[in-house]
Amino acid sequence: MAAADVQHKIDPDDHITVQDLTMAYGDFIIQRDLNFSIRRGDIFIIMGGSGCGKSTLLRHLIGLKVPANGRVLFDGISYWESPPADQERIKRGFGMSFQSGALWSSLTLAENVALPLGEYTDLAPADIAEVVSLKLSLVGLAGFGEFYPSEISGGMQKRAALARAIALDPEILFFDEPSAGLDPISSRRLDDLIQELRDSLGTTIIVVTHELASIFTIGDNSVFLDAETRTMITTGDPRTLRDESPDPGVRYFLNRGKI
Amino acid sequence: MPGQLSFLFPSPDNLHVILAGSWLLTNSPPSSDEIARQLQSRSDINRISFDGSDVTQWDSGLLTFLARIYQLASQHKIDIDPGGLPDGARRMMDLATAVPPKEGMGKGGEESSLIERVGLISLSMWRAAPEMLHFLGEVTLSFGRLFRGTAQFRRSDLMLVIEDVGPHALPIVSLISFLIGLIVAYMGAVQLAQFGAQIYIANLVSLGMTREMGALMTGIIMAGRTGAAFAAQLGTMQVNEEIDAFRTMGFNPIDFLVLPRMLALILMMPLLVLYSGIVGITAGMFVSVTAFDIGTFEYYQQTVRSMAWSHIWVGVIKGTVYGILIAFAGCLRGMQCGRSAQAVGEATTSAVVTGILFIVIAASLLTILFQQLGI
Repeated sequence: MAAADVQHKIDPDDHITVQDLTMAYGDFIIQRDLNFSIRRGDIFIIMGGSGCGKSTLLRHLIGLKVPANGRVLFDGISYWESPPADQERIKRGFGMSFQSGALWSSLTLAENVALPLGEYTDLAPADIAEVVSLKLSLVGLAGFGEFYPSEISGGMQKRAALARAIALDPEILFFDEPSAGLDPISSRRLDDLIQELRDSLGTTIIVVTHELASIFTIGDNSVFLDAETRTMITTGDPRTLRDESPDPGVRYFLNRGKI
Repeated sequence: MPGQLSFLFPSPDNLHVILAGSWLLTNSPPSSDEIARQLQSRSDINRISFDGSDVTQWDSGLLTFLARIYQLASQHKIDIDPGGLPDGARRMMDLATAVPPKEGMGKGGEESSLIERVGLISLSMWRAAPEMLHFLGEVTLSFGRLFRGTAQFRRSDLMLVIEDVGPHALPIVSLISFLIGLIVAYMGAVQLAQFGAQIYIANLVSLGMTREMGALMTGIIMAGRTGAAFAAQLGTMQVNEEIDAFRTMGFNPIDFLVLPRMLALILMMPLLVLYSGIVGITAGMFVSVTAFDIGTFEYYQQTVRSMAWSHIWVGVIKGTVYGILIAFAGCLRGMQCGRSAQAVGEATTSAVVTGILFIVIAASLLTILFQQLGI
C-alpha cells in the first residue's frame, strides 16, 4: 500500500526530516542536497544571506512548493508521496506567520482568527468567540477584535498574524522574518512570545530570519544556506557555530562581518 | 478519558477545582457554568485554587475554560491561585492576562437610526465634493504645466498607456460596435419595411452610430475596461506606498501618473469613436444587403448622402468628453484609494460607476446642447 512507501525510519525525536532536498524554479536550481532534521519542541532557525532561498525552503516545508528532488518527512511520513487526504491532515498541524502578516484585509482581527476555527472544528460560535479572545489576549491584543488589519500598527499586525497561526493549536509553527520591520522592543517581545509558546505547548518552531540578536536568543538549532554554492554549509546550534564553525563564511555571517 | 471537573472546599472560603483527563478543544471539555453557579450561590468564596496533576493532555480547550474562570473571578473580586495548574497552562494564562484588554476601543456598538445614517451619508457626500474639485484643480494645473512644457512624466509611459487604451481595445470595441450596428439596423428595418422605406436604414444607422451610439458604447466599454484598470493600478500603487515615494522624491504624482493616462484617453477616444462608427455602419450594410434586399452600392450612396461633417464632429466631441470623464473618474478613485486589498476593490468599482454616471450625464447635456445649437 501507499502507506508503506511514504513511511520512513527516522529517530523518533525528529519531527521534521529533510532528505536530499533540491529546490528549483524550472531549470534554475536554488539549493541542492539539503539534509537536516528538526527535533520536536526545538526552535529551528533557517538562516543565510539575502536571496539564498530561505523563504523558498520554508515554502517547501509548508507544502506550498513541490521539491525538484528529495523529500520532506513529518514524523517519518513523506509529505509529497502521501495521498492528498493525508497531506491535508499533516497541513492541519501547521501554523504559519507570513512575512508581512498576510491578514485578510476584509476581515476584522477576530474574524481572521475565527475563520480557520469555523472551517476546521465543529465548535459552536460562542465557543469560537471564546477561543478567539483567548488567542488575541495571548498575543497582547485583547479588546482589538473589532479592528480591521489596516487600522492597527505593523507590530500589532504581526502579533495578530501569530494569533491566527496558533488558532488551531498547531504542532509546528512557521515564521517568515518575524522581526522584519519591528522596533527592537517589539521584536524582543515577539521572540519571548515564540519561546513561551514552545516552552508551554511544546510546539516545534521554524523561523526564517537573519536577525542575529534573535537567532542567538531563541535558536536551539539551525541550518545555514549559502547563495554561492547553492547548498547548505552547516547545521547546528547557532551559538556554537558562531564561535566554532570551521567554515569562515558562517563565522563571518554570525559575527556581523567581523571575525 | 475526556476532561473531568470536580471541586472541593478545603475551607469555606476556598474553592478547589480538580481537573483530570484530556482537555482538548475537539472533545468538548466540561463547561465553566458549574463554577459560575458555585460562585453565584456561595458568596463567601474569596479564593480559587486548582489541582491539575491528573490532566493528561490539554490545548486551547483548557485555556478557554481557565480564561472564563479568570474572568468570573475578576468579576467577583476573587483571588486566583494558579499554582496547581499544569506548568505550561499556568504560563499561558500569565501571558494571556499580562496585557489588560483595551477598554473603550470597541467600535460604536449601537445601531444608528435611519435618519442618522442618511445624515452621515449626506455629510460624507458633501465632504467628497471638495475632494473632487481639489483633484480637478490639480489635473487642470498639470495640463497647464503640460502646455508650458514643464510637466514631468516619461514619454514611454504615455506610449504604453496609449497602446493599452487604443490598439488593445480594438477587438472588444469592434465586437460591440458591430452588434450595436446590427441591432439598430434590424430594429429600424422592421418599422421602415412597413412603408417600403428600407433604404432609410442607411440614414438611421449612419446617423445613430456617428452621433450617439458609437461614442456612448465606446465610452461604456472604456469605463469598464480602462477606467477600472486606472483605478486598480493607482490604487495598488497607493497600497504599496509608491505614490508616497513619488511625492517624497519631488515628483508630482498627478503629472507622472494621471497626466499620461488622461492624455492617452483624450488622444485615443476620438479614434475609437470613428472606428466604432465605421464598424457599426458596416454591420448595418451587412444586414441590409443580406436580409432586406438592398444593394451594397445603393446602401453606400444613401449613407454618403445622409452623412455630414457635423455628425462626425458631434460624435468625436462627445467621445472625447467621455474619454476625459472616464480617465478623470478612474484616476480620481485610484488616487483616493485606501491602503488595503478591500480598498482597491472599492476604488475599482467606484471608478466604473462614477465613469458611467458621468458619461450618461454628459450624454444628456451634450445632446440637448447640440439640439439647441441646431448642429
